[in-house]
Amino acid sequence: MSEMLTKEPVRTGEQSIGGLFLAVLKRDLLLSYRRRSDLVNPLIFFLMVATLFPLGVSPEPDFLAQVAPGVVWVAALLATLLSMDSVFRSDYEDGTLEQTLLSPQPLFVVVLGKITAHWMLTGLPLAVLAPLLGVMLFLPEGGMGGLMLSLLLGTPTLSLVGAIGAALTVGLRKGGVLISLLVLPLYIPVLIFGTSAVQAAVTGLPLDGYIALLGAMLALGIGLAPLAVGAALRISVSG
Amino acid sequence: MAENKKWMPRWFYQMASPRWSYEIMGKLMPWFAIPAAVLLVLGIAWALAFAPQDYQQGNSFRIIYIHVPSAILAQSCYMLMAVAGAIGLIWKMKVADMVAKSCAPIGATMAILALATGAIWGKPTWGSWWVWDARLTSMLILLFLYLGVIALHSAFESEATAAQATAVLALVGLVNIPIIKYSVEWWNTLHQPATFTLTERPAMPAEMWVPLLIMVIGFYCFFAVSLMMRTRNEIIHRERRASWVRELIEKQ
Amino acid sequence: MSFDSFSEFLAMDGHGQYVWLSYAIALVLFVVNLVSPLLRKKQLIAELKRRLRREKSTS
Repeated sequence: MSEMLTKEPVRTGEQSIGGLFLAVLKRDLLLSYRRRSDLVNPLIFFLMVATLFPLGVSPEPDFLAQVAPGVVWVAALLATLLSMDSVFRSDYEDGTLEQTLLSPQPLFVVVLGKITAHWMLTGLPLAVLAPLLGVMLFLPEGGMGGLMLSLLLGTPTLSLVGAIGAALTVGLRKGGVLISLLVLPLYIPVLIFGTSAVQAAVTGLPLDGYIALLGAMLALGIGLAPLAVGAALRISVSG
Repeated sequence: MAENKKWMPRWFYQMASPRWSYEIMGKLMPWFAIPAAVLLVLGIAWALAFAPQDYQQGNSFRIIYIHVPSAILAQSCYMLMAVAGAIGLIWKMKVADMVAKSCAPIGATMAILALATGAIWGKPTWGSWWVWDARLTSMLILLFLYLGVIALHSAFESEATAAQATAVLALVGLVNIPIIKYSVEWWNTLHQPATFTLTERPAMPAEMWVPLLIMVIGFYCFFAVSLMMRTRNEIIHRERRASWVRELIEKQ
Repeated sequence: MSFDSFSEFLAMDGHGQYVWLSYAIALVLFVVNLVSPLLRKKQLIAELKRRLRREKSTS
Protein backbone atom coordinates (compact mmCIF):
# COMPACT_ATOMS: atom_id res chain seq x y z
CA MET A 1 0.00 0.00 0.00
CA SER A 2 2.79 2.42 0.89
CA GLU A 3 4.24 2.03 -2.58
CA MET A 4 0.97 3.23 -4.06
CA LEU A 5 1.24 6.45 -2.13
CA THR A 6 4.66 7.43 -3.49
CA LYS A 7 4.59 9.63 -6.52
CA GLU A 8 6.67 7.59 -8.92
CA PRO A 9 4.20 4.77 -9.79
CA VAL A 10 1.34 7.23 -10.14
CA ARG A 11 3.13 9.13 -12.84
CA THR A 12 4.02 6.02 -14.79
CA GLY A 13 0.38 5.01 -14.43
CA GLU A 14 -0.65 8.29 -15.96
CA GLN A 15 1.74 7.88 -18.80
CA SER A 16 0.50 4.41 -19.49
CA ILE A 17 -3.09 5.67 -19.65
CA GLY A 18 -2.14 8.11 -22.37
CA GLY A 19 -0.02 5.43 -23.98
CA LEU A 20 -2.81 2.89 -23.79
CA PHE A 21 -5.22 5.32 -25.43
CA LEU A 22 -2.75 5.98 -28.24
CA ALA A 23 -1.97 2.28 -28.65
CA VAL A 24 -5.65 1.37 -28.99
CA LEU A 25 -6.19 4.27 -31.38
CA LYS A 26 -3.22 3.31 -33.51
CA ARG A 27 -4.19 -0.33 -33.62
CA ASP A 28 -7.76 0.39 -34.71
CA LEU A 29 -6.67 2.89 -37.34
CA LEU A 30 -4.14 0.43 -38.72
CA LEU A 31 -6.70 -2.38 -38.79
CA SER A 32 -9.20 -0.30 -40.72
CA TYR A 33 -6.50 0.99 -43.05
CA ARG A 34 -5.93 -2.63 -44.08
CA ARG A 35 -9.59 -2.93 -45.01
CA ARG A 36 -9.93 0.27 -46.98
CA SER A 37 -13.19 -0.64 -48.71
CA ASP A 38 -15.04 -0.63 -45.38
CA LEU A 39 -13.63 2.81 -44.78
CA VAL A 40 -15.12 4.39 -47.88
CA ASN A 41 -18.54 2.75 -47.66
CA PRO A 42 -20.10 5.16 -45.14
CA LEU A 43 -18.90 8.11 -47.21
CA ILE A 44 -20.45 6.73 -50.39
CA PHE A 45 -23.64 6.07 -48.44
CA PHE A 46 -23.54 9.65 -47.15
CA LEU A 47 -23.32 11.01 -50.72
CA MET A 48 -26.04 8.68 -52.00
CA VAL A 49 -28.57 9.55 -49.32
CA ALA A 50 -28.07 13.25 -50.00
CA THR A 51 -28.52 12.61 -53.74
CA LEU A 52 -31.86 10.94 -53.12
CA PHE A 53 -33.46 14.11 -51.77
CA PRO A 54 -33.30 16.27 -54.93
CA LEU A 55 -34.41 13.23 -56.93
CA GLY A 56 -37.19 12.31 -54.55
CA VAL A 57 -38.52 15.72 -53.62
CA SER A 58 -37.51 18.57 -55.88
CA PRO A 59 -34.31 19.90 -57.55
CA GLU A 60 -35.34 23.54 -57.07
CA PRO A 61 -32.48 25.58 -55.55
CA ASP A 62 -34.71 27.59 -53.19
CA PHE A 63 -36.32 24.50 -51.73
CA LEU A 64 -33.05 22.58 -51.47
CA ALA A 65 -31.31 25.48 -49.75
CA GLN A 66 -34.03 25.39 -47.14
CA VAL A 67 -33.81 21.67 -46.39
CA ALA A 68 -30.03 21.32 -46.90
CA PRO A 69 -29.02 21.55 -43.21
CA GLY A 70 -31.50 18.85 -42.22
CA VAL A 71 -30.65 16.60 -45.17
CA VAL A 72 -26.90 16.76 -44.60
CA TRP A 73 -27.35 16.09 -40.88
CA VAL A 74 -29.76 13.18 -41.38
CA ALA A 75 -27.41 11.68 -43.98
CA ALA A 76 -24.43 12.03 -41.61
CA LEU A 77 -26.44 10.46 -38.80
CA LEU A 78 -27.42 7.46 -40.93
CA ALA A 79 -23.88 7.04 -42.26
CA THR A 80 -22.49 6.97 -38.71
CA LEU A 81 -25.12 4.45 -37.73
CA LEU A 82 -24.28 2.25 -40.71
CA SER A 83 -20.65 1.91 -39.67
CA MET A 84 -21.47 1.46 -35.98
CA ASP A 85 -22.08 -2.28 -36.04
CA SER A 86 -18.45 -3.04 -36.95
CA VAL A 87 -16.84 -1.16 -34.03
CA PHE A 88 -16.66 -4.14 -31.68
CA ARG A 89 -17.76 -6.92 -34.06
CA SER A 90 -14.39 -8.17 -35.36
CA ASP A 91 -12.80 -7.90 -31.90
CA TYR A 92 -15.68 -9.92 -30.50
CA GLU A 93 -15.44 -12.58 -33.16
CA ASP A 94 -11.69 -13.20 -32.90
CA GLY A 95 -11.70 -13.13 -29.08
CA THR A 96 -9.68 -9.92 -28.69
CA LEU A 97 -12.56 -8.30 -26.85
CA GLU A 98 -12.63 -10.98 -24.19
CA GLN A 99 -8.89 -10.60 -23.64
CA THR A 100 -9.31 -6.84 -23.37
CA LEU A 101 -11.99 -7.25 -20.71
CA LEU A 102 -9.75 -9.63 -18.75
CA SER A 103 -6.68 -7.39 -18.97
CA PRO A 104 -5.87 -5.04 -16.08
CA GLN A 105 -5.94 -1.95 -18.32
CA PRO A 106 -8.80 0.44 -17.58
CA LEU A 107 -11.67 -0.40 -19.90
CA PHE A 108 -12.80 3.23 -19.99
CA VAL A 109 -9.62 4.27 -21.82
CA VAL A 110 -9.67 1.33 -24.23
CA VAL A 111 -13.30 2.03 -25.14
CA LEU A 112 -12.62 5.73 -25.56
CA GLY A 113 -9.69 4.92 -27.85
CA LYS A 114 -11.81 2.65 -30.02
CA ILE A 115 -14.59 5.23 -30.26
CA THR A 116 -12.08 7.95 -31.17
CA ALA A 117 -10.72 5.73 -33.93
CA HIS A 118 -14.27 5.17 -35.19
CA TRP A 119 -14.92 8.90 -35.21
CA MET A 120 -11.70 9.67 -37.04
CA LEU A 121 -12.69 7.22 -39.75
CA THR A 122 -16.35 8.25 -40.15
CA GLY A 123 -17.27 11.52 -38.44
CA LEU A 124 -14.18 13.42 -39.45
CA PRO A 125 -14.32 12.51 -43.18
CA LEU A 126 -18.06 13.25 -43.13
CA ALA A 127 -17.42 16.72 -41.76
CA VAL A 128 -14.73 17.31 -44.37
CA LEU A 129 -16.98 16.03 -47.15
CA ALA A 130 -20.01 18.03 -45.97
CA PRO A 131 -19.25 21.26 -47.91
CA LEU A 132 -19.37 19.24 -51.14
CA LEU A 133 -22.89 18.16 -50.27
CA GLY A 134 -23.64 21.72 -49.20
CA VAL A 135 -22.76 22.94 -52.68
CA MET A 136 -24.82 20.20 -54.32
CA LEU A 137 -27.81 21.15 -52.18
CA PHE A 138 -27.38 24.93 -52.72
CA LEU A 139 -26.61 25.64 -49.08
CA PRO A 140 -25.73 29.37 -48.88
CA GLU A 141 -22.00 30.04 -48.54
CA GLY A 142 -22.41 31.53 -45.10
CA GLY A 143 -23.71 28.23 -43.76
CA MET A 144 -20.64 26.15 -44.73
CA GLY A 145 -18.59 27.07 -41.66
CA GLY A 146 -21.51 26.35 -39.35
CA LEU A 147 -22.15 23.03 -41.12
CA MET A 148 -18.58 21.84 -40.69
CA LEU A 149 -18.25 23.09 -37.15
CA SER A 150 -21.54 21.53 -36.03
CA LEU A 151 -20.61 18.22 -37.68
CA LEU A 152 -17.15 18.28 -36.09
CA LEU A 153 -18.69 18.74 -32.65
CA GLY A 154 -21.79 16.59 -33.20
CA THR A 155 -20.43 13.45 -34.87
CA PRO A 156 -18.21 12.45 -31.89
CA THR A 157 -21.37 12.41 -29.75
CA LEU A 158 -23.02 10.24 -32.41
CA SER A 159 -20.08 7.81 -32.26
CA LEU A 160 -20.16 7.73 -28.45
CA VAL A 161 -23.89 7.06 -28.19
CA GLY A 162 -23.84 4.65 -31.12
CA ALA A 163 -21.08 2.65 -29.44
CA ILE A 164 -23.48 1.90 -26.56
CA GLY A 165 -25.89 0.33 -29.04
CA ALA A 166 -23.04 -1.54 -30.74
CA ALA A 167 -21.77 -2.87 -27.41
CA LEU A 168 -25.24 -4.04 -26.37
CA THR A 169 -25.83 -5.94 -29.61
CA VAL A 170 -22.33 -7.25 -30.31
CA GLY A 171 -23.20 -10.72 -29.05
CA LEU A 172 -26.26 -10.98 -31.28
CA ARG A 173 -26.21 -12.16 -34.85
CA LYS A 174 -28.87 -9.74 -36.09
CA GLY A 175 -27.32 -6.66 -34.53
CA GLY A 176 -27.57 -4.22 -37.45
CA VAL A 177 -31.23 -3.25 -37.49
CA LEU A 178 -31.50 -3.45 -33.72
CA ILE A 179 -28.75 -0.84 -33.25
CA SER A 180 -30.75 1.68 -35.29
CA LEU A 181 -33.83 0.99 -33.19
CA LEU A 182 -31.96 1.51 -29.95
CA VAL A 183 -29.83 4.45 -30.92
CA LEU A 184 -31.88 6.64 -33.26
CA PRO A 185 -34.17 8.06 -30.53
CA LEU A 186 -31.06 9.00 -28.55
CA TYR A 187 -29.65 10.89 -31.57
CA ILE A 188 -32.53 13.34 -31.68
CA PRO A 189 -31.03 16.10 -29.46
CA VAL A 190 -27.81 16.14 -31.53
CA LEU A 191 -29.84 16.32 -34.73
CA ILE A 192 -31.94 19.20 -33.41
CA PHE A 193 -29.05 21.32 -32.21
CA GLY A 194 -26.85 20.43 -35.20
CA THR A 195 -29.39 21.51 -37.81
CA SER A 196 -30.32 24.59 -35.79
CA ALA A 197 -26.67 25.64 -35.73
CA VAL A 198 -26.49 25.39 -39.52
CA GLN A 199 -29.75 27.29 -39.95
CA ALA A 200 -28.50 30.01 -37.62
CA ALA A 201 -25.29 30.24 -39.62
CA VAL A 202 -27.27 30.54 -42.87
CA THR A 203 -29.38 33.38 -41.53
CA GLY A 204 -26.36 35.09 -40.01
CA LEU A 205 -27.33 34.67 -36.37
CA PRO A 206 -24.64 33.98 -33.73
CA LEU A 207 -23.65 30.34 -33.40
CA ASP A 208 -22.19 30.35 -29.89
CA GLY A 209 -25.24 28.98 -28.11
CA TYR A 210 -25.66 25.96 -30.39
CA ILE A 211 -21.96 25.22 -30.43
CA ALA A 212 -21.91 25.43 -26.63
CA LEU A 213 -24.85 23.00 -26.39
CA LEU A 214 -23.24 20.56 -28.82
CA GLY A 215 -20.02 20.83 -26.82
CA ALA A 216 -21.88 20.21 -23.57
CA MET A 217 -23.49 17.08 -25.01
CA LEU A 218 -20.08 15.91 -26.23
CA ALA A 219 -18.57 16.44 -22.77
CA LEU A 220 -21.42 14.52 -21.16
CA GLY A 221 -20.98 11.78 -23.74
CA ILE A 222 -17.23 11.47 -23.14
CA GLY A 223 -17.82 11.26 -19.40
CA LEU A 224 -20.69 8.77 -19.35
CA ALA A 225 -20.89 6.82 -22.62
CA PRO A 226 -17.63 4.82 -22.14
CA LEU A 227 -18.95 3.66 -18.76
CA ALA A 228 -22.16 2.39 -20.36
CA VAL A 229 -20.19 0.84 -23.23
CA GLY A 230 -17.91 -0.93 -20.76
CA ALA A 231 -20.83 -2.33 -18.79
CA ALA A 232 -22.59 -3.37 -22.00
CA LEU A 233 -19.48 -5.12 -23.33
CA ARG A 234 -19.08 -7.08 -20.11
CA ILE A 235 -22.71 -8.18 -20.33
CA SER A 236 -22.45 -9.09 -24.02
CA VAL A 237 -19.27 -11.10 -23.59
CA SER A 238 -20.32 -12.94 -20.43
CA GLY A 239 -23.87 -13.70 -21.63
CA MET B 1 -21.94 -7.02 2.46
CA ALA B 2 -22.55 -7.10 6.19
CA GLU B 3 -22.37 -3.31 6.29
CA ASN B 4 -24.99 -3.04 3.61
CA LYS B 5 -27.47 -4.94 5.68
CA LYS B 6 -27.50 -2.30 8.34
CA TRP B 7 -28.73 0.52 6.19
CA MET B 8 -31.07 -1.27 3.83
CA PRO B 9 -34.48 -2.16 5.28
CA ARG B 10 -35.34 -5.81 5.81
CA TRP B 11 -38.03 -5.97 3.15
CA PHE B 12 -35.44 -5.02 0.54
CA TYR B 13 -33.60 -8.29 1.15
CA GLN B 14 -36.80 -10.28 1.44
CA MET B 15 -37.75 -8.94 -1.96
CA ALA B 16 -34.77 -10.82 -3.38
CA SER B 17 -36.67 -14.04 -2.66
CA PRO B 18 -39.01 -14.73 -5.58
CA ARG B 19 -41.32 -16.76 -3.37
CA TRP B 20 -41.72 -13.99 -0.79
CA SER B 21 -42.35 -11.47 -3.58
CA TYR B 22 -44.89 -13.73 -5.23
CA GLU B 23 -46.83 -14.13 -1.99
CA ILE B 24 -46.67 -10.49 -0.92
CA MET B 25 -47.83 -9.37 -4.39
CA GLY B 26 -50.74 -11.76 -4.18
CA LYS B 27 -51.72 -10.23 -0.85
CA LEU B 28 -51.25 -6.65 -2.02
CA MET B 29 -53.13 -7.00 -5.27
CA PRO B 30 -56.69 -6.57 -3.93
CA TRP B 31 -55.56 -3.46 -2.04
CA PHE B 32 -54.81 -1.87 -5.38
CA ALA B 33 -57.44 -3.55 -7.54
CA ILE B 34 -60.41 -2.31 -5.51
CA PRO B 35 -59.28 1.33 -5.31
CA ALA B 36 -58.38 1.19 -9.02
CA ALA B 37 -61.88 0.03 -9.96
CA VAL B 38 -63.63 2.51 -7.64
CA LEU B 39 -61.47 5.48 -8.59
CA LEU B 40 -61.61 4.83 -12.32
CA VAL B 41 -65.40 4.40 -12.39
CA LEU B 42 -65.91 7.45 -10.19
CA GLY B 43 -63.36 9.48 -12.15
CA ILE B 44 -64.78 8.59 -15.56
CA ALA B 45 -68.35 9.36 -14.47
CA TRP B 46 -67.25 12.68 -13.02
CA ALA B 47 -65.06 13.50 -16.03
CA LEU B 48 -67.70 12.69 -18.62
CA ALA B 49 -70.90 13.92 -17.02
CA PHE B 50 -70.23 16.30 -14.12
CA ALA B 51 -67.05 18.26 -14.82
CA PRO B 52 -67.81 21.63 -16.43
CA GLN B 53 -66.84 22.14 -20.04
CA ASP B 54 -63.92 24.29 -20.99
CA TYR B 55 -64.80 27.78 -22.22
CA GLN B 56 -62.30 27.50 -25.09
CA GLN B 57 -62.36 23.87 -26.11
CA GLY B 58 -65.88 22.85 -25.08
CA ASN B 59 -66.49 19.20 -24.41
CA SER B 60 -63.41 17.90 -26.21
CA PHE B 61 -61.60 19.06 -23.07
CA ARG B 62 -62.89 15.90 -21.38
CA ILE B 63 -60.15 13.96 -23.19
CA ILE B 64 -57.68 15.50 -20.72
CA TYR B 65 -58.90 13.00 -18.10
CA ILE B 66 -57.39 10.17 -20.16
CA HIS B 67 -54.55 11.99 -21.85
CA VAL B 68 -52.79 13.50 -18.85
CA PRO B 69 -52.87 10.43 -16.56
CA SER B 70 -51.61 8.15 -19.33
CA ALA B 71 -48.81 10.58 -20.18
CA ILE B 72 -47.74 10.86 -16.55
CA LEU B 73 -47.89 7.10 -16.12
CA ALA B 74 -45.87 6.46 -19.30
CA GLN B 75 -43.08 8.67 -17.95
CA SER B 76 -43.02 7.34 -14.40
CA CYS B 77 -43.21 3.78 -15.71
CA TYR B 78 -39.99 4.38 -17.64
CA MET B 79 -38.38 5.71 -14.49
CA LEU B 80 -39.49 2.66 -12.50
CA MET B 81 -38.17 0.39 -15.25
CA ALA B 82 -34.75 2.06 -15.19
CA VAL B 83 -34.55 2.05 -11.37
CA ALA B 84 -35.63 -1.60 -11.17
CA GLY B 85 -33.10 -2.43 -13.87
CA ALA B 86 -30.36 -0.65 -11.91
CA ILE B 87 -31.27 -2.57 -8.74
CA GLY B 88 -31.13 -5.77 -10.75
CA LEU B 89 -27.72 -4.83 -12.13
CA ILE B 90 -26.18 -3.75 -8.84
CA TRP B 91 -27.62 -6.26 -6.37
CA LYS B 92 -28.20 -9.05 -8.93
CA MET B 93 -31.79 -9.26 -7.77
CA LYS B 94 -33.91 -11.47 -10.02
CA VAL B 95 -37.24 -10.01 -8.94
CA ALA B 96 -36.10 -6.49 -9.87
CA ASP B 97 -35.22 -7.77 -13.35
CA MET B 98 -38.69 -9.25 -13.64
CA VAL B 99 -40.32 -5.99 -12.54
CA ALA B 100 -38.27 -4.09 -15.12
CA LYS B 101 -39.28 -6.54 -17.84
CA SER B 102 -42.97 -6.28 -16.86
CA CYS B 103 -42.86 -2.47 -16.92
CA ALA B 104 -41.98 -2.18 -20.61
CA PRO B 105 -45.23 -3.40 -22.25
CA ILE B 106 -47.44 -1.48 -19.81
CA GLY B 107 -45.45 1.71 -20.32
CA ALA B 108 -45.59 1.27 -24.08
CA THR B 109 -49.40 0.91 -24.05
CA MET B 110 -49.67 4.01 -21.86
CA ALA B 111 -47.50 5.96 -24.30
CA ILE B 112 -49.70 4.73 -27.16
CA LEU B 113 -52.81 5.79 -25.23
CA ALA B 114 -51.36 9.25 -24.58
CA LEU B 115 -50.43 9.62 -28.25
CA ALA B 116 -53.80 8.38 -29.53
CA THR B 117 -55.79 10.65 -27.22
CA GLY B 118 -53.49 13.56 -28.05
CA ALA B 119 -54.05 13.02 -31.75
CA ILE B 120 -57.83 12.71 -31.31
CA TRP B 121 -57.86 15.81 -29.15
CA GLY B 122 -55.83 17.65 -31.80
CA LYS B 123 -58.54 17.18 -34.42
CA PRO B 124 -61.20 19.48 -32.90
CA THR B 125 -58.58 21.80 -31.34
CA TRP B 126 -56.04 22.30 -34.13
CA GLY B 127 -58.06 20.91 -37.04
CA SER B 128 -55.63 18.10 -37.86
CA TRP B 129 -54.94 14.66 -36.43
CA TRP B 130 -51.26 15.22 -35.88
CA VAL B 131 -49.38 18.36 -34.94
CA TRP B 132 -45.68 18.42 -34.13
CA ASP B 133 -46.40 19.69 -30.65
CA ALA B 134 -43.52 19.46 -28.16
CA ARG B 135 -45.34 17.19 -25.71
CA LEU B 136 -46.68 14.85 -28.36
CA THR B 137 -43.27 14.63 -30.02
CA SER B 138 -41.54 13.85 -26.71
CA MET B 139 -44.15 11.17 -26.03
CA LEU B 140 -43.52 9.67 -29.47
CA ILE B 141 -39.79 9.50 -28.72
CA LEU B 142 -40.57 7.92 -25.34
CA LEU B 143 -42.60 5.28 -27.19
CA PHE B 144 -39.58 4.65 -29.45
CA LEU B 145 -37.42 4.20 -26.34
CA TYR B 146 -39.90 1.64 -24.97
CA LEU B 147 -39.97 -0.20 -28.29
CA GLY B 148 -36.16 -0.29 -28.33
CA VAL B 149 -36.12 -1.79 -24.84
CA ILE B 150 -38.70 -4.43 -25.79
CA ALA B 151 -36.85 -5.27 -29.04
CA LEU B 152 -33.52 -5.61 -27.25
CA HIS B 153 -35.02 -7.85 -24.57
CA SER B 154 -36.56 -10.18 -27.11
CA ALA B 155 -33.30 -10.44 -29.07
CA PHE B 156 -31.50 -12.29 -26.27
CA GLU B 157 -32.06 -15.94 -25.56
CA SER B 158 -30.83 -15.95 -21.98
CA GLU B 159 -33.20 -14.15 -19.61
CA ALA B 160 -30.37 -13.00 -17.33
CA THR B 161 -28.34 -11.40 -20.13
CA ALA B 162 -31.45 -9.82 -21.61
CA ALA B 163 -32.32 -8.27 -18.26
CA GLN B 164 -28.83 -6.83 -17.78
CA ALA B 165 -28.59 -5.46 -21.32
CA THR B 166 -32.02 -3.81 -21.18
CA ALA B 167 -31.19 -2.35 -17.77
CA VAL B 168 -28.15 -0.60 -19.28
CA LEU B 169 -30.25 0.65 -22.18
CA ALA B 170 -33.00 1.87 -19.86
CA LEU B 171 -30.47 3.76 -17.74
CA VAL B 172 -28.94 5.38 -20.83
CA GLY B 173 -32.46 6.35 -21.88
CA LEU B 174 -33.18 7.76 -18.43
CA VAL B 175 -30.14 10.05 -18.67
CA ASN B 176 -31.26 11.07 -22.15
CA ILE B 177 -34.92 11.77 -21.45
CA PRO B 178 -34.36 15.24 -19.90
CA ILE B 179 -32.03 16.18 -22.77
CA ILE B 180 -34.54 14.95 -25.34
CA LYS B 181 -37.39 16.78 -23.61
CA TYR B 182 -35.45 20.02 -23.41
CA SER B 183 -34.23 19.85 -27.01
CA VAL B 184 -37.69 19.02 -28.36
CA GLU B 185 -39.30 21.87 -26.44
CA TRP B 186 -36.64 24.24 -27.66
CA TRP B 187 -37.01 23.02 -31.26
CA ASN B 188 -40.76 23.49 -30.97
CA THR B 189 -40.56 27.12 -29.87
CA LEU B 190 -38.17 27.74 -32.77
CA HIS B 191 -40.55 26.42 -35.40
CA GLN B 192 -44.00 27.13 -34.03
CA PRO B 193 -43.95 30.28 -31.98
CA ALA B 194 -46.50 30.24 -29.17
CA THR B 195 -49.09 27.82 -30.42
CA PHE B 196 -51.95 26.81 -28.22
CA THR B 197 -50.81 23.86 -26.10
CA LEU B 198 -53.35 21.26 -25.12
CA THR B 199 -52.80 20.91 -21.42
CA GLU B 200 -51.11 24.09 -20.33
CA ARG B 201 -53.65 26.40 -18.75
CA PRO B 202 -53.82 28.96 -16.00
CA ALA B 203 -55.29 27.74 -12.72
CA MET B 204 -57.85 25.03 -13.29
CA PRO B 205 -60.96 25.30 -11.10
CA ALA B 206 -61.47 22.57 -8.49
CA GLU B 207 -64.34 20.92 -10.39
CA MET B 208 -61.81 20.24 -13.15
CA TRP B 209 -58.68 19.19 -11.32
CA VAL B 210 -60.28 17.04 -8.62
CA PRO B 211 -61.55 14.47 -11.15
CA LEU B 212 -58.19 14.70 -12.91
CA LEU B 213 -56.41 13.86 -9.67
CA ILE B 214 -58.81 10.95 -9.09
CA MET B 215 -58.05 9.63 -12.56
CA VAL B 216 -54.29 9.94 -12.05
CA ILE B 217 -54.45 7.96 -8.79
CA GLY B 218 -56.78 5.43 -10.42
CA PHE B 219 -54.33 4.98 -13.30
CA TYR B 220 -51.49 4.41 -10.84
CA CYS B 221 -53.47 1.79 -8.91
CA PHE B 222 -54.40 0.06 -12.15
CA PHE B 223 -50.77 0.12 -13.20
CA ALA B 224 -49.75 -1.47 -9.90
CA VAL B 225 -52.27 -4.29 -10.40
CA SER B 226 -51.22 -4.97 -13.99
CA LEU B 227 -47.54 -4.82 -13.05
CA MET B 228 -48.00 -7.27 -10.19
CA MET B 229 -49.92 -9.68 -12.41
CA ARG B 230 -47.16 -9.65 -15.00
CA THR B 231 -44.38 -9.91 -12.43
CA ARG B 232 -46.08 -12.88 -10.76
CA ASN B 233 -46.27 -14.63 -14.13
CA GLU B 234 -42.58 -13.92 -14.69
CA ILE B 235 -41.74 -15.35 -11.26
CA ILE B 236 -43.64 -18.56 -11.99
CA HIS B 237 -41.97 -18.86 -15.36
CA ARG B 238 -38.40 -18.21 -14.20
CA GLU B 239 -38.78 -20.28 -11.00
CA ARG B 240 -40.60 -23.16 -12.66
CA ARG B 241 -38.04 -25.68 -11.39
CA ALA B 242 -38.32 -24.58 -7.75
CA SER B 243 -40.23 -26.91 -5.43
CA TRP B 244 -42.61 -24.21 -4.16
CA VAL B 245 -43.79 -23.50 -7.70
CA ARG B 246 -44.42 -27.21 -8.24
CA GLU B 247 -46.51 -27.37 -5.09
CA LEU B 248 -48.38 -24.25 -6.19
CA ILE B 249 -49.14 -25.75 -9.59
CA GLU B 250 -50.24 -29.07 -8.11
CA LYS B 251 -52.71 -27.33 -5.84
CA GLN B 252 -54.43 -25.57 -8.76
CA MET C 1 -74.50 17.53 -14.09
CA SER C 2 -73.42 19.50 -17.11
CA PHE C 3 -75.86 17.91 -19.55
CA ASP C 4 -79.66 18.23 -19.69
CA SER C 5 -80.49 15.07 -21.57
CA PHE C 6 -78.91 11.77 -22.51
CA SER C 7 -78.74 12.61 -26.20
CA GLU C 8 -76.90 15.81 -25.37
CA PHE C 9 -74.53 13.75 -23.26
CA LEU C 10 -73.82 11.51 -26.22
CA ALA C 11 -73.38 14.37 -28.67
CA MET C 12 -71.16 16.55 -26.43
CA ASP C 13 -71.87 19.62 -28.60
CA GLY C 14 -70.55 17.94 -31.72
CA HIS C 15 -67.37 16.76 -30.05
CA GLY C 16 -68.92 13.45 -29.02
CA GLN C 17 -67.08 11.34 -31.59
CA TYR C 18 -63.68 12.55 -30.35
CA VAL C 19 -64.46 12.17 -26.66
CA TRP C 20 -66.08 8.77 -27.00
CA LEU C 21 -63.34 7.50 -29.33
CA SER C 22 -60.69 8.49 -26.76
CA TYR C 23 -62.49 6.75 -23.93
CA ALA C 24 -63.09 3.67 -26.08
CA ILE C 25 -59.40 3.39 -26.92
CA ALA C 26 -58.56 3.79 -23.23
CA LEU C 27 -61.02 1.02 -22.36
CA VAL C 28 -59.59 -1.32 -24.98
CA LEU C 29 -56.00 -0.75 -23.83
CA PHE C 30 -56.99 -1.25 -20.17
CA VAL C 31 -58.76 -4.50 -20.98
CA VAL C 32 -55.73 -5.66 -22.99
CA ASN C 33 -53.48 -4.87 -20.01
CA LEU C 34 -55.69 -6.96 -17.74
CA VAL C 35 -56.52 -9.86 -20.03
CA SER C 36 -53.07 -10.52 -21.48
CA PRO C 37 -51.44 -11.30 -18.10
CA LEU C 38 -54.45 -13.45 -17.17
CA LEU C 39 -54.18 -15.45 -20.39
CA ARG C 40 -50.45 -15.77 -19.93
CA LYS C 41 -50.97 -17.11 -16.41
CA LYS C 42 -53.45 -19.68 -17.67
CA GLN C 43 -51.06 -20.77 -20.40
CA LEU C 44 -48.12 -20.94 -17.95
CA ILE C 45 -50.04 -23.08 -15.46
CA ALA C 46 -51.25 -25.46 -18.17
CA GLU C 47 -47.71 -25.79 -19.48
CA LEU C 48 -46.22 -26.46 -16.06
CA LYS C 49 -48.94 -28.99 -15.21
CA ARG C 50 -48.20 -30.86 -18.40
CA ARG C 51 -44.51 -30.90 -17.55
CA LEU C 52 -45.18 -32.18 -14.02
CA ARG C 53 -47.37 -34.96 -15.34
CA ARG C 54 -44.71 -35.96 -17.86
CA GLU C 55 -42.04 -36.05 -15.16
CA LYS C 56 -44.24 -38.23 -12.95
CA SER C 57 -45.00 -40.73 -15.69
CA THR C 58 -41.33 -41.16 -16.58
CA SER C 59 -40.04 -41.56 -13.04
